[in-house]
Amino acid sequence: MTRNRNIKIASVAAFLAIVFIAVPAAISASGHFDLYYTLTSVALLSIASAGVWLTFYIGRINIGQGAYALMGGYISAILVMNYGWSFWLTLPVAGLFCAAASVLIGLPILRLRGVYFAMVTLVLTEVARLLALALPITNGAKGIVSIPLPGALSVFGLTIIPDFATLQNSRLAFYLLAVTLMVICFGVMYRLVNSRIGKLCQSLQQNEELASSIGVNIAYLRIIAYAVSSFFGGVAGAIFAAISQSIYPSSFTVTDSVNFMLNCFLGGLGYVFGPMLGTLVLYFGWDLLFQTGQFQLLIYSGLMIVLMLVLPNGLLSLAASIRKKA
Amino acid sequence: MAEMLEVSGITKRFGGLVAVNNISFSVREKEILSVIGPNGAGKSTLFKLISSFLKPTTGEVRLKGERISGMAPHIAARKGVVRTFQETTIFKNMSVRDNVVIAHHLRSKASLLGFFLGTGVAKADEVAFGASADEILALLGLSSLANETARNLPHGHLRALGIAIGLATDPSILLLDEPFAGMNHDETMRMVAMVRRLRDLGLTILLVEHDMPAVMKISDRIVVLNFGQKIAEGTPSEIQANEKVIEAYLGSEDEAIGL
Repeated sequence: MTRNRNIKIASVAAFLAIVFIAVPAAISASGHFDLYYTLTSVALLSIASAGVWLTFYIGRINIGQGAYALMGGYISAILVMNYGWSFWLTLPVAGLFCAAASVLIGLPILRLRGVYFAMVTLVLTEVARLLALALPITNGAKGIVSIPLPGALSVFGLTIIPDFATLQNSRLAFYLLAVTLMVICFGVMYRLVNSRIGKLCQSLQQNEELASSIGVNIAYLRIIAYAVSSFFGGVAGAIFAAISQSIYPSSFTVTDSVNFMLNCFLGGLGYVFGPMLGTLVLYFGWDLLFQTGQFQLLIYSGLMIVLMLVLPNGLLSLAASIRKKA
Repeated sequence: MAEMLEVSGITKRFGGLVAVNNISFSVREKEILSVIGPNGAGKSTLFKLISSFLKPTTGEVRLKGERISGMAPHIAARKGVVRTFQETTIFKNMSVRDNVVIAHHLRSKASLLGFFLGTGVAKADEVAFGASADEILALLGLSSLANETARNLPHGHLRALGIAIGLATDPSILLLDEPFAGMNHDETMRMVAMVRRLRDLGLTILLVEHDMPAVMKISDRIVVLNFGQKIAEGTPSEIQANEKVIEAYLGSEDEAIGL
């Protein structure tokens, strides 16, 4: 037991050391500063994917995370631009707004199962895009542009986070922000899954009728899981808007929603850290294939199909089977 | 003996079809009451009405005087009416022990947030649930299989696991949906003995069943349905002598009703 615990603490420490110290050091040594942007994207996409993973965990195929990412981005942008809020305040508000919206949307649609739920969520992304086009406050297809960089965050006169605009390297700042949130997000997810809530979610995934017969309030639990999932989507979207300093109706589309889902598949639906690994591999895999030109999509799709056939439980199942053999 | 569960004037219509028509009976404390009837008699519908998986068109179900019909299934379960399932309905990717531990959820004192934060109450719950689960597994003879993944269990043990899940919720009345279906003679006799042991431990049991010899052996009283109507009610010997019942099972009456 304690040995297991020590291994866990050691691997968490190693992971933190890599993302907070080794990666920035390596990037500044090699001068590939654009890698910051790539890794920031991976961190943020993995947060949104973690949300999708949680809905998978209660037995729902969620292809609608793009809708909440878009919503979060717009909420943050509108609050900053129209109402002069600090970005730091809009971040949790965007998440909470998405969670609240997901409760309203989830109440009717979470009754659906399997492919029916998947289809509705797929449409949800498209509805979000059309809404962003149509509503006056979102400024239509022109989107919201020239959003200022996040300002300073101070508590009791103590500056915790400096004004991003005054920084020489705002890319590093965004990277640190994104990975910090990613670490928090996956910490929360790990705790969720390894507490009784995780077992309750599994009971939903495996048999809703039986779960309800042993007194589990399945409707409530589904809503909670979906709200947490959408919160992650909203937060990720809000930071994306801040980084690109703009948000358009096409910032998150159906393709993004599908990618969030693929990240989970690739990493492994049975593993909390699956979406993180999946996002990393998928994002870099796509970039690496860029040199193949017009064959990029063909090779990429082919590889995805092969991977799913060979490793239906995701990349992390490979590690698990190796550990079992050892 | 006090009445545990009271079904009064319950009717369920599906469009033009009357699946259950104005049925009334009651289950007394610490008895085994069986509901029998030919295929399509409305047994399964009645079962779902009692466990609140269906809402009655008219009529009601009362547990210890409190109306439970029309409530959501998880609320009915919290009140103490807990069902098992006909098919091998279990959490198939969890271990046998986890299946039973999770079924203790009803008894948990901690909130979801409490479980997330790992509060003292939540930890105490975990320990108590584990201990109780081990006890239940021992009672049903599943101890040696505790760490097996549930889907790998043989048929008879799956049924026992279904009952273990029901027991873990600490029900006032346990509803068993065809507990002997698909079992051979030996398995059936073992299950009969097990259900009787549960009754002797103080549980009230209502079961819906096809297997006549087993029903005759196990029941304190029997309710007979045909075409959605109650046609008879009484002790096994009364039912065996009942003209209407024999008529309903005409063709194979002797063997079918265990004579």
